[in-house]
Amino acid sequence: MANIKTIDKKSKAQSMGMHTEVLTGRTQQKFFNPDEAENFYYFGTYDVDFNKRTDLDVMNMSAPEANKEIDNLMSQGYGTIVIKNPQGKHSLGVGILNKLNLIFEGSLGYFGMGSCDGPIVRINGRVGWSCAENLMAGKVVIEKNAGSCFGAAIRGGDLICKGSVGARTGIDMKGGTIIIGGDAGAFTGFMMQRGRIIILGDVGINLGDSMYDGTIFVGGEIGSYGSDAVDSELTISDQDWLKRKLKVAEIGEDFDVSKMKKIVAGKKLWNYDNLEPTEKKGAI
Amino acid sequence: MCGIAGLIHRGKSSNVGSELQGMLQALKHRGEDSTGYALYGDTDGKNFIMRFKVGENVGEGSSSVMEDVSVYDERKKIVDQTLAEMGAKIVKEERTLPYSLRYEIDFETKDLLDFSQRIESIPGVEILSMGKSLEVIKDLGNAKMVCDRYSLDKLVGTHAIGHARMATESGVDIKSAHPFWGYPFSDVSVVHNGQLTNYWNNRRVLENKGMRFMSECDSELIAVYIAQKMREGASLEEGMKDSLSGLDGVFTYFVATKDSLGMAKDTMAAKPLVLYESDDLVAMGSEEIAIRSVLPHEIDTYDPFDGEVKVWQI
Repeated sequence: MANIKTIDKKSKAQSMGMHTEVLTGRTQQKFFNPDEAENFYYFGTYDVDFNKRTDLDVMNMSAPEANKEIDNLMSQGYGTIVIKNPQGKHSLGVGILNKLNLIFEGSLGYFGMGSCDGPIVRINGRVGWSCAENLMAGKVVIEKNAGSCFGAAIRGGDLICKGSVGARTGIDMKGGTIIIGGDAGAFTGFMMQRGRIIILGDVGINLGDSMYDGTIFVGGEIGSYGSDAVDSELTISDQDWLKRKLKVAEIGEDFDVSKMKKIVAGKKLWNYDNLEPTEKKGAI
Repeated sequence: MCGIAGLIHRGKSSNVGSELQGMLQALKHRGEDSTGYALYGDTDGKNFIMRFKVGENVGEGSSSVMEDVSVYDERKKIVDQTLAEMGAKIVKEERTLPYSLRYEIDFETKDLLDFSQRIESIPGVEILSMGKSLEVIKDLGNAKMVCDRYSLDKLVGTHAIGHARMATESGVDIKSAHPFWGYPFSDVSVVHNGQLTNYWNNRRVLENKGMRFMSECDSELIAVYIAQKMREGASLEEGMKDSLSGLDGVFTYFVATKDSLGMAKDTMAAKPLVLYESDDLVAMGSEEIAIRSVLPHEIDTYDPFDGEVKVWQI
Protein backbone atom coordinates (compact mmCIF):
# COMPACT_ATOMS: atom_id res chain seq x y z
CA MET A 1 0.00 0.00 0.00
CA ALA A 2 1.27 3.43 -0.83
CA ASN A 3 2.39 5.69 1.94
CA ILE A 4 3.16 9.30 1.22
CA LYS A 5 4.77 11.34 3.94
CA THR A 6 4.25 15.02 3.44
CA ILE A 7 7.12 17.18 4.61
CA ASP A 8 7.35 20.89 4.12
CA LYS A 9 10.63 21.38 2.27
CA LYS A 10 9.78 24.23 0.02
CA SER A 11 13.23 25.73 0.16
CA LYS A 12 14.84 22.39 -0.63
CA ALA A 13 12.56 21.90 -3.60
CA GLN A 14 13.49 25.31 -4.91
CA SER A 15 17.20 24.66 -4.52
CA MET A 16 16.75 21.48 -6.51
CA GLY A 17 15.27 23.45 -9.34
CA MET A 18 11.73 22.40 -8.70
CA HIS A 19 9.36 25.30 -8.54
CA THR A 20 6.23 26.32 -6.81
CA GLU A 21 5.44 29.42 -8.80
CA VAL A 22 2.67 29.48 -11.37
CA LEU A 23 3.79 30.33 -14.86
CA THR A 24 1.81 32.43 -17.24
CA GLY A 25 0.94 31.28 -20.71
CA ARG A 26 -1.30 28.56 -21.96
CA THR A 27 0.16 25.75 -19.97
CA GLN A 28 -1.90 24.61 -17.02
CA GLN A 29 0.51 21.99 -15.78
CA LYS A 30 1.11 21.23 -12.17
CA PHE A 31 4.62 20.41 -11.24
CA PHE A 32 6.35 17.47 -9.79
CA ASN A 33 6.79 17.44 -6.04
CA PRO A 34 10.19 15.96 -5.09
CA ASP A 35 9.28 15.62 -1.45
CA GLU A 36 6.42 13.33 -2.23
CA ALA A 37 8.60 11.23 -4.50
CA GLU A 38 11.33 11.07 -1.91
CA ASN A 39 9.04 9.69 0.68
CA PHE A 40 7.10 7.27 -1.42
CA TYR A 41 7.72 3.56 -0.96
CA TYR A 42 6.48 0.67 -3.03
CA PHE A 43 5.58 -2.53 -1.24
CA GLY A 44 8.49 -4.93 -1.38
CA THR A 45 11.19 -2.32 -1.95
CA TYR A 46 14.32 -2.15 0.14
CA ASP A 47 15.70 0.13 2.78
CA VAL A 48 19.12 0.92 1.37
CA ASP A 49 22.10 2.84 2.73
CA PHE A 50 23.68 5.26 0.22
CA ASN A 51 26.99 4.89 2.05
CA LYS A 52 27.02 1.17 1.47
CA ARG A 53 28.71 0.87 -1.91
CA THR A 54 29.67 -1.97 -4.21
CA ASP A 55 30.77 -2.67 -7.81
CA LEU A 56 29.04 -5.02 -10.23
CA ASP A 57 30.84 -6.19 -13.37
CA VAL A 58 28.19 -7.12 -15.97
CA MET A 59 30.63 -7.96 -18.78
CA ASN A 60 29.56 -11.60 -18.90
CA MET A 61 25.99 -11.16 -17.75
CA SER A 62 22.80 -10.91 -19.76
CA ALA A 63 20.55 -7.95 -19.00
CA PRO A 64 18.07 -10.00 -16.93
CA GLU A 65 20.95 -11.45 -14.91
CA ALA A 66 22.42 -8.00 -14.32
CA ASN A 67 19.07 -6.52 -13.32
CA LYS A 68 18.41 -9.41 -10.95
CA GLU A 69 21.81 -8.89 -9.36
CA ILE A 70 21.10 -5.16 -8.87
CA ASP A 71 17.90 -6.16 -7.11
CA ASN A 72 19.80 -8.67 -5.02
CA LEU A 73 22.36 -6.05 -3.96
CA MET A 74 19.59 -3.63 -3.00
CA SER A 75 18.03 -6.37 -0.88
CA GLN A 76 21.36 -6.51 0.98
CA GLY A 77 21.11 -2.79 1.70
CA TYR A 78 23.54 -1.48 -0.91
CA GLY A 79 22.49 2.05 -1.77
CA THR A 80 25.29 2.88 -4.17
CA ILE A 81 26.06 0.45 -6.97
CA VAL A 82 28.67 1.00 -9.68
CA ILE A 83 28.06 -1.03 -12.84
CA LYS A 84 31.23 -1.92 -14.72
CA ASN A 85 31.41 -2.88 -18.41
CA PRO A 86 27.79 -2.34 -19.46
CA GLN A 87 29.08 -2.63 -23.06
CA GLY A 88 26.00 -1.10 -24.68
CA LYS A 89 23.75 -3.89 -23.47
CA HIS A 90 20.00 -3.32 -23.77
CA SER A 91 17.49 -2.98 -20.94
CA LEU A 92 19.96 -2.48 -18.12
CA GLY A 93 18.64 -0.95 -14.90
CA VAL A 94 14.98 -1.28 -15.83
CA GLY A 95 12.13 -1.39 -13.36
CA ILE A 96 13.96 -0.03 -10.31
CA LEU A 97 11.26 1.27 -7.95
CA ASN A 98 13.65 2.10 -5.15
CA LYS A 99 15.89 4.83 -3.85
CA LEU A 100 19.28 3.97 -5.24
CA ASN A 101 22.45 5.69 -6.34
CA LEU A 102 23.37 3.87 -9.54
CA ILE A 103 26.46 4.62 -11.64
CA PHE A 104 27.21 3.07 -15.02
CA GLU A 105 30.86 3.11 -16.05
CA GLY A 106 30.14 2.94 -19.79
CA SER A 107 27.33 3.03 -22.32
CA LEU A 108 23.87 1.48 -22.39
CA GLY A 109 21.89 0.14 -25.33
CA TYR A 110 18.14 0.40 -25.85
CA PHE A 111 15.62 0.93 -23.04
CA GLY A 112 18.24 1.64 -20.37
CA MET A 113 16.67 2.71 -17.04
CA GLY A 114 13.18 2.16 -18.39
CA SER A 115 10.11 2.20 -16.13
CA CYS A 116 12.00 3.39 -13.06
CA ASP A 117 10.69 5.30 -10.07
CA GLY A 118 13.14 6.88 -7.70
CA PRO A 119 16.78 6.06 -8.45
CA ILE A 120 19.50 8.65 -8.98
CA VAL A 121 21.50 7.45 -11.98
CA ARG A 122 24.67 8.63 -13.67
CA ILE A 123 25.72 7.06 -16.96
CA ASN A 124 29.32 7.83 -17.88
CA GLY A 125 28.77 7.00 -21.52
CA ARG A 126 26.11 7.06 -24.22
CA VAL A 127 22.60 5.62 -24.18
CA GLY A 128 20.64 4.03 -27.02
CA TRP A 129 17.00 4.45 -27.97
CA SER A 130 14.26 5.02 -25.39
CA CYS A 131 16.43 5.76 -22.39
CA ALA A 132 14.44 6.17 -19.17
CA GLU A 133 11.16 5.50 -20.92
CA ASN A 134 8.23 5.93 -18.51
CA LEU A 135 10.42 7.36 -15.75
CA MET A 136 8.20 8.24 -12.80
CA ALA A 137 10.65 9.96 -10.46
CA GLY A 138 14.36 10.26 -9.80
CA LYS A 139 17.20 11.66 -11.83
CA VAL A 140 19.09 10.18 -14.75
CA VAL A 141 22.22 11.96 -16.04
CA ILE A 142 23.93 10.91 -19.28
CA GLU A 143 27.42 12.26 -19.73
CA LYS A 144 27.63 11.70 -23.51
CA ASN A 145 25.03 11.41 -26.30
CA ALA A 146 21.67 9.70 -26.43
CA GLY A 147 19.67 7.95 -29.14
CA SER A 148 16.13 8.58 -30.31
CA CYS A 149 12.99 8.56 -28.16
CA PHE A 150 14.98 9.87 -25.22
CA GLY A 151 12.62 10.13 -22.26
CA ALA A 152 9.63 8.76 -24.12
CA ALA A 153 6.44 9.00 -22.05
CA ILE A 154 8.17 10.04 -18.83
CA ARG A 155 5.80 11.02 -16.05
CA GLY A 156 8.23 12.72 -13.71
CA GLY A 157 11.83 13.08 -12.63
CA ASP A 158 14.75 14.78 -14.29
CA LEU A 159 16.38 13.35 -17.38
CA ILE A 160 19.60 15.07 -18.40
CA CYS A 161 21.80 14.45 -21.43
CA LYS A 162 24.97 16.50 -21.57
CA GLY A 163 25.55 15.70 -25.25
CA SER A 164 23.15 15.55 -28.19
CA VAL A 165 20.06 13.40 -28.60
CA GLY A 166 18.31 11.79 -31.55
CA ALA A 167 14.77 12.20 -32.88
CA ARG A 168 11.49 12.24 -30.97
CA THR A 169 12.96 13.27 -27.63
CA GLY A 170 10.19 13.52 -25.03
CA ILE A 171 7.63 11.91 -27.29
CA ASP A 172 4.36 11.47 -25.42
CA MET A 173 5.89 12.81 -22.19
CA LYS A 174 3.41 13.40 -19.42
CA GLY A 175 5.51 15.21 -16.85
CA GLY A 176 9.01 15.70 -15.55
CA THR A 177 11.89 17.60 -17.12
CA ILE A 178 14.25 16.70 -19.95
CA ILE A 179 17.43 18.76 -20.33
CA ILE A 180 19.69 18.50 -23.39
CA GLY A 181 23.11 20.13 -23.40
CA GLY A 182 23.67 19.74 -27.14
CA ASP A 183 21.36 19.44 -30.14
CA ALA A 184 18.13 17.47 -30.54
CA GLY A 185 16.71 15.76 -33.62
CA ALA A 186 13.41 15.92 -35.47
CA PHE A 187 10.00 15.70 -33.80
CA THR A 188 11.26 16.69 -30.38
CA GLY A 189 8.31 16.89 -27.99
CA PHE A 190 6.06 15.04 -30.39
CA MET A 191 2.62 14.72 -28.80
CA MET A 192 3.95 15.77 -25.40
CA GLN A 193 1.18 16.16 -22.91
CA ARG A 194 2.88 17.80 -19.97
CA GLY A 195 6.32 18.52 -18.54
CA ARG A 196 9.22 20.57 -19.84
CA ILE A 197 12.01 20.08 -22.31
CA ILE A 198 15.10 22.30 -22.31
CA ILE A 199 17.45 22.19 -25.29
CA LEU A 200 20.53 24.38 -25.15
CA GLY A 201 21.59 23.69 -28.73
CA ASP A 202 19.73 23.46 -32.03
CA VAL A 203 16.67 21.34 -32.64
CA GLY A 204 15.46 19.66 -35.82
CA ILE A 205 12.26 19.85 -37.80
CA ASN A 206 8.69 19.60 -36.49
CA LEU A 207 9.42 20.72 -32.96
CA GLY A 208 6.50 20.08 -30.61
CA ASP A 209 4.39 18.56 -33.33
CA SER A 210 0.84 17.91 -32.08
CA MET A 211 1.81 18.79 -28.52
CA TYR A 212 -1.13 18.81 -26.12
CA ASP A 213 0.49 20.79 -23.38
CA GLY A 214 3.83 21.32 -21.67
CA THR A 215 6.66 23.69 -22.49
CA ILE A 216 9.77 23.48 -24.62
CA PHE A 217 12.70 25.87 -24.19
CA VAL A 218 15.26 26.12 -27.00
CA GLY A 219 18.59 27.93 -26.85
CA GLY A 220 19.68 27.44 -30.47
CA GLU A 221 18.07 27.32 -33.89
CA ILE A 222 14.77 25.58 -34.58
CA GLY A 223 14.51 23.53 -37.80
CA SER A 224 10.75 24.07 -38.00
CA TYR A 225 7.68 24.14 -35.79
CA GLY A 226 5.28 21.22 -35.79
CA SER A 227 1.51 21.50 -35.96
CA ASP A 228 0.03 23.51 -33.11
CA ALA A 229 3.40 24.48 -31.62
CA VAL A 230 3.67 28.23 -31.11
CA ASP A 231 6.03 30.72 -29.50
CA SER A 232 5.19 32.06 -26.09
CA GLU A 233 6.55 34.85 -23.91
CA LEU A 234 9.61 33.89 -21.87
CA THR A 235 8.84 35.34 -18.46
CA ILE A 236 11.22 36.30 -15.66
CA SER A 237 9.78 33.41 -13.72
CA ASP A 238 10.68 31.07 -16.58
CA GLN A 239 14.21 32.43 -16.60
CA ASP A 240 14.61 31.94 -12.87
CA TRP A 241 13.38 28.38 -13.16
CA LEU A 242 15.69 27.68 -16.11
CA LYS A 243 18.72 29.02 -14.22
CA ARG A 244 17.96 26.89 -11.19
CA LYS A 245 17.28 23.83 -13.27
CA LEU A 246 20.48 24.15 -15.30
CA LYS A 247 22.47 24.63 -12.14
CA VAL A 248 21.05 21.54 -10.52
CA ALA A 249 21.61 19.63 -13.74
CA GLU A 250 25.30 20.68 -13.72
CA ILE A 251 24.87 21.79 -17.29
CA GLY A 252 24.97 25.16 -19.00
CA GLU A 253 25.24 27.05 -15.74
CA ASP A 254 26.52 30.14 -17.55
CA PHE A 255 24.04 29.84 -20.38
CA ASP A 256 22.18 33.06 -21.19
CA VAL A 257 18.62 31.87 -20.62
CA SER A 258 17.14 35.27 -21.47
CA LYS A 259 17.67 34.51 -25.17
CA MET A 260 15.91 31.17 -25.09
CA LYS A 261 12.73 30.59 -27.04
CA LYS A 262 9.67 29.22 -25.31
CA ILE A 263 7.31 26.98 -27.27
CA VAL A 264 3.91 25.84 -26.10
CA ALA A 265 0.74 24.28 -27.55
CA GLY A 266 -1.26 26.69 -29.64
CA LYS A 267 -4.55 25.06 -28.77
CA LYS A 268 -5.95 23.28 -25.80
CA LEU A 269 -5.95 19.77 -27.18
CA TRP A 270 -6.07 17.80 -23.97
CA ASN A 271 -9.02 16.49 -22.11
CA TYR A 272 -7.69 14.58 -19.15
CA ASP A 273 -7.07 15.18 -15.48
CA ASN A 274 -3.82 16.86 -14.61
CA LEU A 275 -2.90 14.93 -11.51
CA GLU A 276 0.82 14.29 -11.17
CA PRO A 277 1.92 10.69 -10.63
CA THR A 278 2.61 11.24 -6.96
CA GLU A 279 -0.87 12.60 -6.50
CA LYS A 280 -2.26 9.54 -8.19
CA LYS A 281 -0.19 7.31 -5.95
CA GLY A 282 -1.68 9.08 -2.97
CA ALA A 283 -5.11 8.24 -4.22
CA ILE A 284 -4.38 4.50 -4.48
CA MET B 1 13.15 -5.31 -37.96
CA CYS B 2 16.57 -6.11 -39.58
CA GLY B 3 19.99 -4.94 -38.51
CA ILE B 4 22.73 -3.34 -40.56
CA ALA B 5 26.40 -2.85 -39.83
CA GLY B 6 29.40 -1.47 -41.64
CA LEU B 7 32.96 -0.42 -41.10
CA ILE B 8 35.75 1.20 -43.03
CA HIS B 9 39.44 1.23 -42.16
CA ARG B 10 41.18 4.30 -43.41
CA GLY B 11 44.74 3.90 -44.54
CA LYS B 12 45.06 0.19 -43.75
CA SER B 13 43.52 -3.23 -44.22
CA SER B 14 42.11 -5.49 -41.58
CA ASN B 15 40.32 -8.76 -41.14
CA VAL B 16 36.97 -7.27 -42.21
CA GLY B 17 35.31 -10.66 -42.71
CA SER B 18 35.75 -11.59 -39.08
CA GLU B 19 34.98 -8.09 -37.84
CA LEU B 20 31.72 -7.86 -39.76
CA GLN B 21 30.75 -11.33 -38.62
CA GLY B 22 31.08 -10.17 -35.01
CA MET B 23 29.05 -7.04 -35.68
CA LEU B 24 26.23 -8.87 -37.44
CA GLN B 25 26.14 -11.68 -34.93
CA ALA B 26 25.64 -9.07 -32.20
CA LEU B 27 22.55 -7.96 -34.15
CA LYS B 28 21.12 -11.40 -34.76
CA HIS B 29 18.14 -10.69 -32.48
CA ARG B 30 17.05 -8.17 -35.14
CA GLY B 31 16.62 -11.01 -37.61
CA GLU B 32 18.34 -14.21 -38.66
CA ASP B 33 16.24 -15.33 -41.60
CA SER B 34 19.24 -14.49 -43.73
CA THR B 35 22.55 -12.68 -43.39
CA GLY B 36 24.62 -11.02 -46.03
CA TYR B 37 28.10 -9.61 -46.36
CA ALA B 38 29.55 -7.15 -48.86
CA LEU B 39 33.30 -7.43 -48.37
CA TYR B 40 35.87 -5.27 -50.11
CA GLY B 41 38.97 -7.44 -50.14
CA ASP B 42 42.56 -6.69 -50.97
CA THR B 43 43.06 -7.74 -54.59
CA ASP B 44 45.48 -6.89 -57.36
CA GLY B 45 42.57 -5.27 -59.22
CA LYS B 46 43.28 -7.09 -62.49
CA ASN B 47 40.35 -9.49 -62.65
CA PHE B 48 36.66 -9.19 -61.98
CA ILE B 49 35.27 -11.24 -59.13
CA MET B 50 31.79 -12.50 -59.90
CA ARG B 51 29.73 -14.03 -57.13
CA PHE B 52 26.60 -15.66 -58.49
CA LYS B 53 24.03 -18.27 -57.70
CA VAL B 54 22.47 -20.93 -59.88
CA GLY B 55 19.79 -21.88 -57.42
CA GLU B 56 18.39 -21.15 -53.97
CA ASN B 57 19.08 -22.50 -50.53
CA VAL B 58 16.06 -24.71 -49.92
CA GLY B 59 16.97 -25.58 -46.34
CA GLU B 60 14.80 -25.16 -43.28
CA GLY B 61 12.80 -21.94 -43.29
CA SER B 62 13.35 -21.25 -46.97
CA SER B 63 10.46 -20.08 -49.11
CA SER B 64 12.12 -21.42 -52.28
CA VAL B 65 11.11 -24.43 -54.32
CA MET B 66 13.33 -27.52 -54.17
CA GLU B 67 15.33 -28.24 -57.33
CA ASP B 68 17.56 -31.12 -58.30
CA VAL B 69 21.27 -30.35 -58.09
CA SER B 70 21.64 -31.50 -61.69
CA VAL B 71 19.70 -28.36 -62.68
CA TYR B 72 22.39 -26.25 -61.00
CA ASP B 73 25.08 -28.09 -62.98
CA GLU B 74 23.21 -27.40 -66.21
CA ARG B 75 22.94 -23.69 -65.42
CA LYS B 76 26.61 -23.50 -64.54
CA LYS B 77 27.51 -25.05 -67.89
CA ILE B 78 25.47 -22.41 -69.70
CA VAL B 79 27.14 -19.64 -67.68
CA ASP B 80 30.58 -21.01 -68.61
CA GLN B 81 29.58 -21.19 -72.24
CA THR B 82 28.16 -17.65 -72.25
CA LEU B 83 31.33 -16.28 -70.64
CA ALA B 84 33.43 -17.98 -73.31
CA GLU B 85 31.23 -16.49 -76.03
CA MET B 86 31.77 -13.02 -74.57
CA GLY B 87 35.52 -13.54 -74.48
CA ALA B 88 35.68 -13.68 -70.68
CA LYS B 89 38.27 -16.09 -69.34
CA ILE B 90 37.65 -17.85 -66.03
CA VAL B 91 40.93 -17.55 -64.14
CA LYS B 92 39.75 -19.14 -60.92
CA GLU B 93 36.61 -21.03 -60.03
CA GLU B 94 35.21 -21.88 -56.60
CA ARG B 95 31.96 -23.67 -55.92
CA THR B 96 31.40 -23.17 -52.23
CA LEU B 97 27.95 -24.73 -52.28
CA PRO B 98 26.02 -26.47 -55.06
CA TYR B 99 24.07 -23.27 -55.77
CA SER B 100 26.74 -20.67 -55.00
CA LEU B 101 29.81 -19.90 -57.08
CA ARG B 102 32.72 -17.49 -57.17
CA TYR B 103 34.60 -16.82 -60.41
CA GLU B 104 37.63 -14.68 -61.03
CA ILE B 105 37.27 -13.50 -64.61
CA ASP B 106 39.75 -11.92 -66.98
CA PHE B 107 37.50 -9.61 -68.96
CA GLU B 108 37.93 -6.13 -70.36
CA THR B 109 34.85 -3.95 -70.25
CA LYS B 110 33.71 -0.63 -68.96
CA ASP B 111 30.01 -1.39 -69.18
CA LEU B 112 28.80 -4.34 -67.20
CA LEU B 113 25.20 -3.87 -68.29
CA ASP B 114 25.39 -6.01 -71.41
CA PHE B 115 27.58 -8.57 -69.63
CA SER B 116 25.13 -8.86 -66.71
CA GLN B 117 22.07 -9.00 -68.90
CA ARG B 118 23.51 -11.93 -70.86
CA ILE B 119 24.47 -13.89 -67.76
CA GLU B 120 21.16 -13.23 -66.05
CA SER B 121 19.17 -14.13 -69.14
CA ILE B 122 20.00 -17.73 -68.17
CA PRO B 123 16.97 -18.90 -66.14
CA GLY B 124 17.73 -19.36 -62.43
CA VAL B 125 21.04 -17.49 -62.56
CA GLU B 126 21.60 -14.28 -60.60
CA ILE B 127 24.77 -12.29 -60.19
CA LEU B 128 25.15 -11.42 -56.53
CA SER B 129 28.05 -9.07 -57.13
CA MET B 130 30.49 -8.02 -59.77
CA GLY B 131 33.59 -5.99 -59.16
CA LYS B 132 37.33 -5.97 -58.75
CA SER B 133 37.20 -5.83 -54.99
CA LEU B 134 33.58 -6.42 -53.92
CA GLU B 135 32.26 -9.83 -52.97
CA VAL B 136 28.64 -10.21 -51.87
CA ILE B 137 27.95 -13.35 -49.91
CA LYS B 138 24.44 -13.93 -48.61
CA ASP B 139 22.53 -16.93 -47.47
CA LEU B 140 19.96 -18.14 -44.99
CA GLY B 141 20.82 -18.20 -41.30
CA ASN B 142 22.60 -15.93 -38.87
CA ALA B 143 25.96 -14.23 -39.33
CA LYS B 144 28.05 -17.00 -37.86
CA MET B 145 26.33 -19.71 -39.88
CA VAL B 146 26.87 -17.84 -43.14
CA CYS B 147 30.43 -16.90 -42.21
CA ASP B 148 31.30 -20.51 -41.40
CA ARG B 149 29.54 -21.83 -44.52
CA TYR B 150 31.55 -19.55 -46.80
CA SER B 151 34.77 -19.32 -44.71
CA LEU B 152 34.62 -15.52 -44.59
CA ASP B 153 36.49 -15.02 -41.33
CA LYS B 154 39.89 -14.91 -43.04
CA LEU B 155 39.01 -12.25 -45.59
CA VAL B 156 41.24 -9.20 -45.37
CA GLY B 157 40.17 -5.87 -46.79
CA THR B 158 39.47 -2.23 -46.14
CA HIS B 159 35.73 -2.02 -45.65
CA ALA B 160 32.53 -3.99 -45.47
CA ILE B 161 28.79 -3.69 -44.98
CA GLY B 162 26.33 -6.34 -43.89
CA HIS B 163 22.76 -7.12 -43.04
CA ALA B 164 20.89 -9.38 -40.63
CA ARG B 165 17.41 -9.86 -42.04
CA MET B 166 14.01 -10.45 -40.56
CA ALA B 167 11.93 -11.16 -43.65
CA THR B 168 8.75 -9.09 -43.71
CA GLU B 169 7.52 -8.12 -47.14
CA SER B 170 9.29 -10.69 -49.33
CA GLY B 171 10.44 -14.28 -49.13
CA VAL B 172 13.05 -16.05 -47.05
CA ASP B 173 15.51 -16.67 -49.84
CA ILE B 174 18.87 -15.53 -51.13
CA LYS B 175 17.42 -13.33 -53.86
CA SER B 176 15.61 -11.19 -51.24
CA ALA B 177 18.58 -11.10 -48.86
CA HIS B 178 20.85 -8.08 -48.58
CA PRO B 179 23.31 -6.70 -49.57
CA PHE B 180 22.17 -5.84 -53.07
CA TRP B 181 24.64 -5.24 -55.81
CA GLY B 182 24.33 -1.79 -57.43
CA TYR B 183 23.72 -3.39 -60.82
CA PRO B 184 25.34 -2.79 -63.27
CA PHE B 185 28.04 -0.82 -61.45
CA SER B 186 31.26 -2.53 -60.53
CA ASP B 187 31.90 -2.71 -56.78
CA VAL B 188 28.70 -0.99 -55.56
CA SER B 189 26.60 -2.57 -52.81
CA VAL B 190 23.73 -1.54 -50.55
CA VAL B 191 22.16 -2.66 -47.27
CA HIS B 192 18.99 -1.19 -45.83
CA ASN B 193 16.87 -1.20 -42.72
CA GLY B 194 13.34 0.12 -43.12
CA GLN B 195 10.37 0.13 -45.46
CA LEU B 196 9.95 2.02 -48.71
CA THR B 197 6.41 3.01 -49.53
CA ASN B 198 6.88 4.17 -53.13
CA TYR B 199 8.65 1.02 -54.25
CA TRP B 200 6.39 0.14 -57.18
CA ASN B 201 6.21 3.66 -58.56
CA ASN B 202 9.98 3.96 -58.54
CA ARG B 203 10.46 0.45 -59.84
CA ARG B 204 8.26 1.08 -62.88
CA VAL B 205 10.18 4.27 -63.70
CA LEU B 206 13.57 2.58 -63.32
CA GLU B 207 12.58 -0.51 -65.30
CA ASN B 208 11.54 1.78 -68.13
CA LYS B 209 15.08 3.15 -68.04
CA GLY B 210 16.52 -0.34 -68.49
CA MET B 211 17.37 -1.20 -64.88
CA ARG B 212 16.68 -4.71 -63.59
CA PHE B 213 15.07 -6.01 -60.40
CA MET B 214 15.69 -9.56 -59.29
CA SER B 215 13.42 -9.64 -56.25
CA GLU B 216 10.37 -7.90 -54.85
CA CYS B 217 12.30 -6.72 -51.84
CA ASP B 218 11.86 -2.95 -51.43
CA SER B 219 15.48 -2.58 -50.37
CA GLU B 220 16.67 -3.59 -53.82
CA LEU B 221 15.17 -0.33 -55.03
CA ILE B 222 17.83 1.66 -53.18
CA ALA B 223 20.67 -0.12 -54.97
CA VAL B 224 18.99 0.36 -58.34
CA TYR B 225 18.02 3.96 -57.56
CA ILE B 226 21.56 4.95 -56.58
CA ALA B 227 23.02 3.04 -59.54
CA GLN B 228 20.69 4.89 -61.92
CA LYS B 229 21.67 8.25 -60.41
CA MET B 230 25.32 7.36 -60.92
CA ARG B 231 24.59 6.30 -64.49
CA GLU B 232 23.15 9.76 -65.01
CA GLY B 233 26.40 11.30 -63.80
CA ALA B 234 25.77 11.92 -60.10
CA SER B 235 28.44 11.18 -57.52
CA LEU B 236 27.68 8.64 -54.82
CA GLU B 237 26.98 11.39 -52.30
CA GLU B 238 24.76 13.31 -54.72
CA GLY B 239 22.79 10.16 -55.49
CA MET B 240 22.33 9.45 -51.80
CA LYS B 241 21.19 13.00 -51.06
CA ASP B 242 18.73 12.81 -53.92
CA SER B 243 17.31 9.60 -52.45
CA LEU B 244 16.15 11.44 -49.32
CA SER B 245 13.37 13.02 -51.34
CA GLY B 246 13.07 10.40 -54.09
CA LEU B 247 12.48 7.50 -51.74
CA ASP B 248 9.42 7.59 -49.55
CA GLY B 249 9.20 5.71 -46.28
CA VAL B 250 11.51 5.06 -43.38
CA PHE B 251 15.06 3.99 -43.94
CA THR B 252 18.63 3.93 -42.87
CA TYR B 253 20.92 2.51 -45.50
CA PHE B 254 24.60 2.08 -46.32
CA VAL B 255 26.21 2.17 -49.75
CA ALA B 256 29.74 1.01 -50.37
CA THR B 257 31.94 1.41 -53.42
CA LYS B 258 35.48 0.28 -54.15
CA ASP B 259 36.98 3.06 -52.06
CA SER B 260 34.17 4.59 -50.02
CA LEU B 261 31.37 3.94 -47.58
CA GLY B 262 28.28 6.08 -47.11
CA MET B 263 25.21 6.24 -44.89
CA ALA B 264 21.85 7.96 -45.29
CA LYS B 265 19.00 8.39 -42.87
CA ASP B 266 15.46 9.38 -43.78
CA THR B 267 13.98 12.74 -42.86
CA MET B 268 11.98 11.32 -39.97
CA ALA B 269 14.97 9.46 -38.48
CA ALA B 270 12.65 6.56 -37.89
CA LYS B 271 15.29 3.86 -38.16
CA PRO B 272 18.19 3.52 -35.77
CA LEU B 273 21.87 4.06 -36.44
CA VAL B 274 24.80 4.49 -34.10
CA LEU B 275 28.08 5.78 -35.41
CA TYR B 276 31.67 5.74 -34.24
CA GLU B 277 34.19 7.81 -36.13
CA SER B 278 37.94 8.17 -35.63
CA ASP B 279 40.87 9.04 -37.88
CA ASP B 280 41.52 5.43 -38.84
CA LEU B 281 38.17 3.70 -38.41
CA VAL B 282 34.47 4.35 -38.93
CA ALA B 283 32.11 1.72 -37.55
CA MET B 284 28.33 1.89 -37.53
CA GLY B 285 25.38 -0.30 -36.85
CA SER B 286 21.73 -0.41 -35.93
CA GLU B 287 22.74 -0.78 -32.30
CA GLU B 288 25.82 0.09 -30.31
CA ILE B 289 26.43 -3.54 -29.39
CA ALA B 290 27.45 -4.12 -33.01
CA ILE B 291 30.23 -1.54 -32.68
CA ARG B 292 31.21 -2.96 -29.29
CA SER B 293 32.07 -6.26 -30.92
CA VAL B 294 35.03 -4.58 -32.66
CA LEU B 295 35.69 -1.83 -30.13
CA PRO B 296 35.09 -3.24 -26.66
CA HIS B 297 36.73 -0.31 -24.86
CA GLU B 298 34.84 2.86 -23.95
CA ILE B 299 34.25 5.02 -27.02
CA ASP B 300 32.23 8.05 -28.06
CA THR B 301 29.35 7.23 -30.36
CA TYR B 302 26.40 9.22 -31.65
CA ASP B 303 23.18 8.94 -33.63
CA PRO B 304 23.23 10.77 -36.97
CA PHE B 305 20.30 13.17 -37.30
CA ASP B 306 17.34 13.03 -39.65
CA GLY B 307 18.11 13.53 -43.32
CA GLU B 308 21.83 13.12 -42.76
CA VAL B 309 24.13 11.73 -45.46
CA LYS B 310 27.79 10.96 -44.85
CA VAL B 311 30.46 9.43 -47.05
CA TRP B 312 33.95 8.29 -46.01
CA GLN B 313 36.91 7.32 -48.17
CA ILE B 314 39.41 4.56 -47.38
